[in-house]
Amino acid sequence: MPDPVVTVHDFTKRYGDFTAVDDISFEVHQGEVFALLGPNGAGKTTTLECLEGLRKPDGGVLSVMGVDPTREPRRLRNLIGVQLQTSGMPDNITVREAMNLFSAYHRVAPRLDLLDRVGLDGKLSTQYEALSAGQKRRLQLALAVAHNPPVVILDEPTAGLDVQSRVELHSLISELQGQGVTIILSSHDMAEVEKLANRIAILLHGRIVAAGSPRELTTHGAGLTKISIQTERATVSELTTLPGVTQRSARDGYDIYYSTDPAATVLTLLEHVKKYGDTLIDLRVERPSLEERFLEITGGKEAIS
Amino acid sequence: MTAFAHHFSFEFRAGLRNRALVLLNILLPLGFFLLGGALMTGVNPTFYQTLIPAMVFFAVLVSTMLGMPDVLVAARNAGIFRSFHIHGIPELSILAMPALSTLFRVVIVALIMVLLAPPLFGAEMPVNIWAFMLSFLLLVFACLGLGLLLGVVSPNANATVMMAQGIFVPSMLIGGLMMPTSLLPDALRSVSWLLPTTHAMNIANALAYGREAALSPYISALALLAGGVLAIGLAAYLFSWDQQHETRRGSPWLGLLALLPYVLVVLAQAVGGG
Repeated sequence: MPDPVVTVHDFTKRYGDFTAVDDISFEVHQGEVFALLGPNGAGKTTTLECLEGLRKPDGGVLSVMGVDPTREPRRLRNLIGVQLQTSGMPDNITVREAMNLFSAYHRVAPRLDLLDRVGLDGKLSTQYEALSAGQKRRLQLALAVAHNPPVVILDEPTAGLDVQSRVELHSLISELQGQGVTIILSSHDMAEVEKLANRIAILLHGRIVAAGSPRELTTHGAGLTKISIQTERATVSELTTLPGVTQRSARDGYDIYYSTDPAATVLTLLEHVKKYGDTLIDLRVERPSLEERFLEITGGKEAIS
Repeated sequence: MTAFAHHFSFEFRAGLRNRALVLLNILLPLGFFLLGGALMTGVNPTFYQTLIPAMVFFAVLVSTMLGMPDVLVAARNAGIFRSFHIHGIPELSILAMPALSTLFRVVIVALIMVLLAPPLFGAEMPVNIWAFMLSFLLLVFACLGLGLLLGVVSPNANATVMMAQGIFVPSMLIGGLMMPTSLLPDALRSVSWLLPTTHAMNIANALAYGREAALSPYISALALLAGGVLAIGLAAYLFSWDQQHETRRGSPWLGLLALLPYVLVVLAQAVGGG
């Protein structure tokens, strides 16, 4: 396996007596989309800010393409592109000025084509404060990648955006990944992470409590399969025991079962429907979502947003 | 176009788009100049003798103390410095750009005042224009340094206003702008040497107008120069990229060291018997 692009080893960060990140380690390889997932205060932003050189770690080793973010901040600037969680742009800077200014400091020609790509070509003379939330995020992403960095760090890239803006940003992120860019993102949006990331680390109270690909994370739980069934007369609700079923619930007209033996559960359900002359409306067999896995890991005690 | 030129160009234009800065850097000094010129020459018949330095130095004071620091504090607390940091903009540029654009605007305002004061109010032109320019530039240097330092150490807008007024108000009252410091009681006259405007007026009076100096103008020049160097150095040293101040290299109280040259002048005068 080639050397990792980003290495975080035994990383710890404290704010006074509070330990924000507690001895975590992970590696990110070239072309990967790696997501840090967790509720507010889990340590996601702190981890990213230390990788960006904005904060100093209290322990451990951080490296981006062999560069220590704390010791070599200037070298780091050309290796990473960063979209911060909270926008930090002068209100009265225009879109064109922002691109000109940041490109100049990165010693590259202004990338007006990128502004076109993110749909801001008609907003070149618009001041930052007059842009919508989605336009601001897209501008920040364009600025973050204008110097073609091999590593892009996105902190809550779609927080607070409408559906259309999220879709556009997801498309841009996928495009970057297609170009071989390594992406590290933080999010508390499970669906977003499940869709975009190759690998995920779930952070809780500053510690990584689970890590792996979305599929690994969702299948390596308690090994439960989610079965949702809806029938015309809801006769399956009468069933008190089903093979393999450990949990059951009902939502939106569906009876939902979590089973360790999905084949046996489904067969029993269908036999019951046939036997009582009921009519099947819908039957779904799914692996649990990342959100369900997260709730399982945290015992349902942590809210994700 | 270099990064420096892009940055300066943006900063200058941004200053003109910022209503508060336009008010403090241009409209207020020019308005005060027109109103004060008309009123003060009526109230104080000798005011025309010091009208040009008084009004120009007032413009310097307003722009550097009331205008610039708040821009820095607001930008830092809004996360703009962090954004600049991750895009590779060095801290010296972040400090230099507002200072240079403020300097640019104050030079334009000063030129307007110097050109209009004689025909409008019969103001006395400096005998030695180069000496006047020296006093102006030294005051700008010292005040830009203090303004940057205020912008760096102040935690929020309210504190900025309080600290800036702590320099601005005494400068207006006892800094030699509205009345000669020779008219002040002894104790206040001694204290007035803590203020950059007192030294700038002393240099202007002595070297630009050829009048009697209350203190060697060269000592005043040295105080302003040393004060400016110390303030700028401390601003760079105490600079922080965000309001968490994790990267700040020392206590903000170190900023008080910028007043050392002025304090030494006061002490030297006290020891020397005034």
